[in-house]
Amino acid sequence: MSAPPVTPALRLRPRSAWHVATVVETRRETPTAARLVLDVPTWPGADAGSHLDLRLTAPDGYQASRSYSIASSTPHGQVVLAVDELPDGEVSPFLVREVRAGDQLELHGPLGAFFVWRPGESARPVQLVAGGSGVVPLYAMAAAHGVAADTTRFQLLYSVRTAADTFFADELAALTGPAFGLDVVYTREAPDGWPDAVGRLTRETLAARTVPAVQRPRVYVCGSTGFVEAVARWLQELGHAADDIHTERFGGI
Amino acid sequence: MRLPPGQTLVQDWPVLSAGPTPQIDTADWELTLQDETGADHRWSWDELLALGVEDVTVDIHCVTHWSRLGMSWRGVSLDKVFENVESEHEYVMAHSYGGYTTNLPLEDLLDGKAWIATEADGGPLHPEHGGPARLLVPHLYFWKSAKWLHGLTMMPDNEPGFWEQYGYHIYGDPWKEERYW
Amino acid sequence: MTHHLDGNVLAGALSEIFTSDVTAARARCAGCGQTSAIAEAMVYTDAPGLVARCAGCDQVLATVVDAGDRVMLSLAGLSAIELRR
Repeated sequence: MSAPPVTPALRLRPRSAWHVATVVETRRETPTAARLVLDVPTWPGADAGSHLDLRLTAPDGYQASRSYSIASSTPHGQVVLAVDELPDGEVSPFLVREVRAGDQLELHGPLGAFFVWRPGESARPVQLVAGGSGVVPLYAMAAAHGVAADTTRFQLLYSVRTAADTFFADELAALTGPAFGLDVVYTREAPDGWPDAVGRLTRETLAARTVPAVQRPRVYVCGSTGFVEAVARWLQELGHAADDIHTERFGGI
Repeated sequence: MRLPPGQTLVQDWPVLSAGPTPQIDTADWELTLQDETGADHRWSWDELLALGVEDVTVDIHCVTHWSRLGMSWRGVSLDKVFENVESEHEYVMAHSYGGYTTNLPLEDLLDGKAWIATEADGGPLHPEHGGPARLLVPHLYFWKSAKWLHGLTMMPDNEPGFWEQYGYHIYGDPWKEERYW
Repeated sequence: MTHHLDGNVLAGALSEIFTSDVTAARARCAGCGQTSAIAEAMVYTDAPGLVARCAGCDQVLATVVDAGDRVMLSLAGLSAIELRR
């Protein structure tokens, strides 16, 4: 009897640890979000889709920790995050408005073995569905897919309020090609001349603009809790198996 | 400064919860107090309010390190709720709509130390803060002030409730920093 | 309205306890028998501890209380967890 093949990548998954990161650059990503580029010399690298926990300590010792998806990272190099400011957030307002180059942050990662994509693991097509800032880990997957010149068919359906609210717009546009298709749904306001209807994502649009269930894609859905749960429910109604749908909720409605 | 050790003063009111927020209409609301005789003492919303609602200003201390000082509440004193209850048991398990529980010695609910609160910060208690009614036991960490109060059960022993089973202190005195086991 | 996240957010807290990331590990709810990845649990993080509830029946699967120099972990709501080698 022969043992089933062991995926070598499982053994090489980077171990999580605490790191001190120095902010290299912070810039506005959308009207409510910032892109942070961090220098993390001890970073081991991360699978696309991973996240990290960022911990802030106030002068009186009070600590707050939040999870953020990694947009991109390189071993021993830089980690890029995109943080959306929550109106009543405890940590995000600081990261979006106060953080400056030279500041140091404590982070714990890379984390997450469930919501990750690695090249070469499967020949099945991949459907990504993003709501707002939920695109961050999905952008990481699309970028990793591009870097690896992976030929698996990738599709991203990105639901976003307006063009200005789009994360990694240029980078996503540059990734489009034979192996990566990008579909955008504007829910509040579309650019001039946009041919499609403006409004919340519906089951019908989801059905029309995603890899059909009959092709058995692996699906990754990320966004607010409300968005993810609605999309996941629709996907199952459209025939996708529950096991084929990976979800990551960012909270909120 | 009236802050217990390890606490940070806040001006807002953070929402903490271990599960979904129950939505209970006062028309359906009921409080049940069970003692060892098997007798059920019950109060509807109107019956609770008829016991007498008073204004109280208290400091509250959450085990997650935040404190609010001088917070205004309105509620019914537990002394009124226990007035006609005779029990040999010395401990109480508070039960919430939604399944949460927390345990307290009976003496920590009496003698003006605790209320069933119906209003906070000058208005009706919002569901996310435990409305329509919650326990208010300011001298203990605030996880003992069970939200969405539904029942009180007398017990002979100090059985641990939800957080007490999962790692929190059986009593919870903020001034002695009794946070964990 | 209290919002919930999902078990992906447990990765950090559980990484101190398990030798590898367990969010992809399957676990069975002791209440309703539903078996799914830890990442698929409904997780409440705005609490004195992390509370993971079964997506099927809402029962508490696990709790993690960070007590500074120690962590209190309960897996009492799981009947078992599958850890791949």
